[in-house]
Amino acid sequence: MFLYGYGPLLWAGTKLTIVLALFSMLVAFLIGLLGAGAKLSNNPVLRWGSTAYTTIIRGIPDLVLMLLLFYSGQIWLNHLTEWMHVAQINIDPFTAGVITIGFIYGAYFTETFRGAFLSVPKGQLEAGFAYGMSHWQVFHRVLFPQMMRFALPGIGNNWQVLLKSTALVSIIGLADVVKLSSDAGKATFHMFFFTLMAGVIYLLLTTLSNVILMKLEQKYSVGVRGADL
Amino acid sequence: MNGFIDIVDTYWKAYLWTDGYKLSGLVITLWLLAISVFLGFILSIPLSVARVSKNKWVSKPVWFYTYIFRGTPLYVQLLLIYSGLYSLDVVRNVDVLNSFFKEGMNCTILAFALNTCAYTTEIFAGAIKATPYGEIEAARAYGMTKFTAYRRIILPSALRRALPAYSNEVIFMLHSTPIAFSATVPDLLKVARDANAATYRSFEAFGLAALIYLCITFSLVWVFRRAERRWLAYLQPRRAK
Repeated sequence: MFLYGYGPLLWAGTKLTIVLALFSMLVAFLIGLLGAGAKLSNNPVLRWGSTAYTTIIRGIPDLVLMLLLFYSGQIWLNHLTEWMHVAQINIDPFTAGVITIGFIYGAYFTETFRGAFLSVPKGQLEAGFAYGMSHWQVFHRVLFPQMMRFALPGIGNNWQVLLKSTALVSIIGLADVVKLSSDAGKATFHMFFFTLMAGVIYLLLTTLSNVILMKLEQKYSVGVRGADL
Repeated sequence: MNGFIDIVDTYWKAYLWTDGYKLSGLVITLWLLAISVFLGFILSIPLSVARVSKNKWVSKPVWFYTYIFRGTPLYVQLLLIYSGLYSLDVVRNVDVLNSFFKEGMNCTILAFALNTCAYTTEIFAGAIKATPYGEIEAARAYGMTKFTAYRRIILPSALRRALPAYSNEVIFMLHSTPIAFSATVPDLLKVARDANAATYRSFEAFGLAALIYLCITFSLVWVFRRAERRWLAYLQPRRAK
């Protein structure tokens, strides 16, 4: 029998991995935009704060940070709710996973976006302001679309690393594809086969992401002349 | 703060080098990093030369190897080697394989070396491909054979230019070493987990480990910056007098 009847379980795990990766990516993306804004701002407090954030987070292994935030996060939250005199809020492992992965990769996205923002020629922003656009209009009409072009290769890399790091959430107790496949392996005594399946599923996911990223790069490079070799 | 001092007081030896019986903590983490990066480096040089080969039968298998190892999480690779391979009868019935794969340390080093070798091969192959055409032409004009050209011209130049990307890979490898605990290797994170389980002081136990990792990262960054200043001096912008 194909997959010894564990097909639906593996599929559930795969779905969880994908959803977890997408949500974490969203969180990391937003933190990255805010962080890049803070790093490039004129306010020294924001600048120092964001520099400390990216330096410290990128200097510590993601698994260590995950365990640190996962175990201490709940305790801090309990202190906070106690101090505010509200009922205790329990974080479920999924939310904890999304928040920790998003928080960690937010640091990598901050650096990606900072570099990309700096790559947009300043004259373009000045031209926007000269047309009488507001700050927000310059951001979403001029800066953001062009920044995305420069940021896309970095975003692609970060996404692939983030996707692969979701394998670690099985350690904090989430029923992702790695956890479920090793459970199936233990139950059927086909450990090698099921771990291999988890690897194959990840390989399919990274291959699919590669294809999508290539398409996106084409879309955002419209109007850019490449060197004809 | 008191909790922090308690943890340091009780566990500082375990975090740094020994839990009283065997080596643990920082030394194990550094050993894992050094041996896997060393093995990966040695293996990746012939592989990266093969990767840029014009012969498809030589370059495609190497591409396939790096594609597989870069496309799956290291954690899954370690699980496959540590718990997967050992569950196979073929492995258990052969004495040599049995005694090798029984040890978590061996499996971890094998998985780490294969993984970092795949990334390093791609980095070096990229640098070899980016060698200025004139350098190779000059080597040929001097009548060097292919091997001599690689040994004297292409590899020294390519390895230098690969240094910034390579330093990233080494730091990424450091950040991957904590998963060794899942193969029962008593590295820094394993000590932190034990300290956490014994005292319930999660923040202090993991925070101390995080601080040590942060120090290793900063030292590596410093070392590589020195190395770049030395070996990439000719690519640096000239300083104004």
